[in-house]
Amino acid sequence: MPAGAPPETLALTVRDRAMLAGDCGEAAAVAMRVLATMAGVYGAERLLDIEGAHIDGCLYHGDSGVDFAELLVAGGARVRVPTTLNVGGLDLLHPEEFAGTAERRAKARRLMECYEEMGCRTIWTCAPYQTTPRPAFGQQVAWAESNAIVFANSVLGARTHRYGDFIDICAAITGRAPAVGLHLEEHRRGQVVFDLRSLPHALRSAAWLLPAIGYLVGERCGNRIPVLLGLEQAGEDGLKALGAAAASSGAVALFHAVGITPEAPTLDAALGGEEAAEWIEVGLSDLRAGLRSLSTAPGVAAVGIGGSEDDRLPIDVVALGSPHFSPREFAEFLPLVERHPPAGSVEFVVCTNRLSLGELERRGNLERLRAHGVRVVVDTCVVVAPILRTQAGGVLMTNSGKFAHYAPGNVGFDVVFGSLAECVRSAHGGRLWRDPELWP
Amino acid sequence: MSAVEVEGQALVAGAAVGKVLRLEEPLSFWGGVDPVTGTVIDRRHPRCGESVAGRVLVMPYGRGSSSSSSVLLEGVRLGTAPAAVVLRELDGILALGAAVARELYEQSPPVVVLAPADWAALPDGAEAAVDVSGRLRIAG
Repeated sequence: MPAGAPPETLALTVRDRAMLAGDCGEAAAVAMRVLATMAGVYGAERLLDIEGAHIDGCLYHGDSGVDFAELLVAGGARVRVPTTLNVGGLDLLHPEEFAGTAERRAKARRLMECYEEMGCRTIWTCAPYQTTPRPAFGQQVAWAESNAIVFANSVLGARTHRYGDFIDICAAITGRAPAVGLHLEEHRRGQVVFDLRSLPHALRSAAWLLPAIGYLVGERCGNRIPVLLGLEQAGEDGLKALGAAAASSGAVALFHAVGITPEAPTLDAALGGEEAAEWIEVGLSDLRAGLRSLSTAPGVAAVGIGGSEDDRLPIDVVALGSPHFSPREFAEFLPLVERHPPAGSVEFVVCTNRLSLGELERRGNLERLRAHGVRVVVDTCVVVAPILRTQAGGVLMTNSGKFAHYAPGNVGFDVVFGSLAECVRSAHGGRLWRDPELWP
Repeated sequence: MSAVEVEGQALVAGAAVGKVLRLEEPLSFWGGVDPVTGTVIDRRHPRCGESVAGRVLVMPYGRGSSSSSSVLLEGVRLGTAPAAVVLRELDGILALGAAVARELYEQSPPVVVLAPADWAALPDGAEAAVDVSGRLRIAG
């Protein structure tokens, strides 16, 4: 039985009711029905207007996602607000990169076409916040894709609840979202303080460690809102890596980094003037534990313990770019890989979006990377689509907390987490290389 | 021991029976459950390798991916979804997958939230029944 009447506690506007009644087409009626049902789930009393959406539902997980998209397309769906698309199940520019069956490729492509037909912008990236335009501080949006949600809320100060596939497009079609959770000021207050101030300065300002910090934050705070105290400096790429890791190990949709993120100029502001529900002192042992949980390969203890037992582990795959690599990350990566190009035995893939790809091409860097055997994949990534050619069961190295979290389950590789330079040097030698300088 | 009944809040209402699979640690369905088989594939999860198919899946809340709603929906289509999902805290993403399954396939597992003390008392492996009002009955 499809969802019935909207919950009695939900106040709908005249226009909401018109959409529900099918006056704006069958797709808008489906979308409003899903929104009203979800407003009931959340206990929302009203819907609010949104100014943008980011859609995660365009990635193929099976025929049900295509069934839902086709239902909307057949019902005349058009998005009412500027809407961007997350990764799909296929690199449309380089379809030869797809290593799955022809049937799956056709379905993944059809799903992507459905969302394009609804009027969404085909940016195909999990880092929509590194394209333009991006949401402004305080703007209400409906975003899905766990890492994008956390970035929009934490770094941009835009407001989205933690949405999943399907409600994202329903919000885009109706221009509405339930007035709940992180849309509302009163629910954005930090709850759990992670106090990093006792860590050595060098570690608090180390970009490569941010995924490990994010990972341990996600593990310890679950679905509460963390406050990070004592993070020295972190650029947008660092914050994106931290957020993506926290949204993998936990259900983090917003973090406050005191002195760095817009809603947290001070600890007091981050906590909304109230006491923290929990205060966690993060020491070196916690950080080591965070690093350990990021790696699953047997014998891999932790990063930066030079000359440890793990430094001869063969590496089969290096995968970078979750979330998608930015032009700045490529700029850091290029000189490293020029100096230490990957060994022929190692599959090396970098996932990115078309904006970064265009910049690589303009500067002549794409050809240089390809000459070194580095594959650059757009529109998708290695843990959501069959891209890797190496047989599962080996070891994949990455500097991404999100890849480290999902690669074992999704693509069947053991993982080793390391810094960008460690990934490049390990690929060069075909064996795990640890940087003795990383750990003070 | 006699049967125990507890009142829950039905996020997505429905009736179901099954054996409790109790997860103390939250699970992301995407990257955590294979929708083709219903098996837990998150290698860091303590219950990796078990099947959620047809079980009354008891977990605190969901974590991780936005695509967990997709994986639950696909599980409904393939018949590998849990019989019911019983949470300690509201989780919009799993409820969303169930709500869309109802819209699309006119069936879905019920999703219920219990008070923390009631949730904590559900024994792994027990036979459980969920009714449309969100009441949960555990066989004695």
